[in-house]
Amino acid sequence: MREMAGLDEGAPLFAQVAERLAAEIADGGLAEGERVPSTNELAAFYRINPATAAKGINVLADEGLLEKRRGIGMFVAAGARATLLGRRRAEFTARYVRPLLTEAIRLGIDSDELIALIKEAGNEREVAPL
Amino acid sequence: MTPAIAVTGLTRRYPGHVALDDLRLTVGAGTITGLLGRNGAGKTTLLRILAGQEFPSSGSVRVFGSPPAENGSVLRRLVLVREDQEYPDSQGYPSFKASHALRAASFSYPNWDADLASSLLADFGLRAKQTVRSLSRGQRSALGITIGLAARADVTLFDEPYAGLDAVARRIFYDRLLEDFTLNPRTVLLSTHLIDEAAGLFDQVVMLDRGRVVLNAAADELRGMVTTVSGPALAVHAFTEGRPVWERRELGSQASAVMVGRVSGDNRERARSLGLDLAPLSLQQLMDHASAGPGAAGPLMMRNSA
Repeated sequence: MREMAGLDEGAPLFAQVAERLAAEIADGGLAEGERVPSTNELAAFYRINPATAAKGINVLADEGLLEKRRGIGMFVAAGARATLLGRRRAEFTARYVRPLLTEAIRLGIDSDELIALIKEAGNEREVAPL
Repeated sequence: MTPAIAVTGLTRRYPGHVALDDLRLTVGAGTITGLLGRNGAGKTTLLRILAGQEFPSSGSVRVFGSPPAENGSVLRRLVLVREDQEYPDSQGYPSFKASHALRAASFSYPNWDADLASSLLADFGLRAKQTVRSLSRGQRSALGITIGLAARADVTLFDEPYAGLDAVARRIFYDRLLEDFTLNPRTVLLSTHLIDEAAGLFDQVVMLDRGRVVLNAAADELRGMVTTVSGPALAVHAFTEGRPVWERRELGSQASAVMVGRVSGDNRERARSLGLDLAPLSLQQLMDHASAGPGAAGPLMMRNSA
């Protein structure tokens, strides 16, 4: 039985809940000013303890990405999307470029060849229906 | 805040066997705790003593500050659902129906919620007029779970409550438990062998081994705490150097090591560049290692639960 709706074993659940919400904000799925799911809604969706869900929300609130409106709930703060996209950009090298280089070296692909492969993949993507 | 459950020096001896050995445990009010351990570790004995259904040989047991045994004011606030729940049908009342079991429970538990009981029965596909005798093993478990949840008892103890329940019914149990816990917070202890599917529910996990608490930790903090590192033997050695390792295996030039401690982003990248595979242990795997014997899971384990 797959529990916890796609969350994995690798990191604390609260951190994964925070990450999922952050990703949704960055991708525009949750717009600035929009209400984010409540602790209880998240707990039910992910099948996790409500305290764990609350901890995840608090991570984002502490970073100023969410703001509390008393008696109504948590909302995406103004500027949250730009902050998150900036953060992702900063992580891009570590998350994608360095692993790509590591694997390329292992396979004996030199930098010219690698650049050519990237361009080729880019062209394919442009013509492929999205 | 007074803990919901406080146990110190609890020992329960049977002839030729010590079920609980100087056990110490505190459970905070309004939390869900997973009670884990192999068969014979002492989970059932502990739950029965907490529910006042059995007496300690020695030691102190407090539920909301009072001993539960023969104490009506505590026992009214407490429900224990057992794996092998007995109903009067086995004692010569063949016409004893599910509705009778619910009615009896409604008298026992002051917070009883009859609407919740009906909706749970419906979720599990049971009818109130079915005789308990005609129920399958799984349906009996569903009836027990219905009573356990609808009792809305301040201390709710589930002892492997789902014998015979299939995956779908167990999921109903988890969902309804979470839903009702959210609306009516209470203290829940759930003993289970199905660790991974219930892992997300827990605030705390307590693992018993031979009558003692060998691990007591915030469930979410255990996640990603132990990792299997595998790949070229030299790289595995280099990567795990100076870190606690529970188990090493080698086959030719390949090796794997079960390593304790969170892996940082930098180390993750280092592993990748070394050609290593990192696989975090699930809570179930972690518990399996922890119960493999003393020393196997040293660094995370408690010293004598003191």
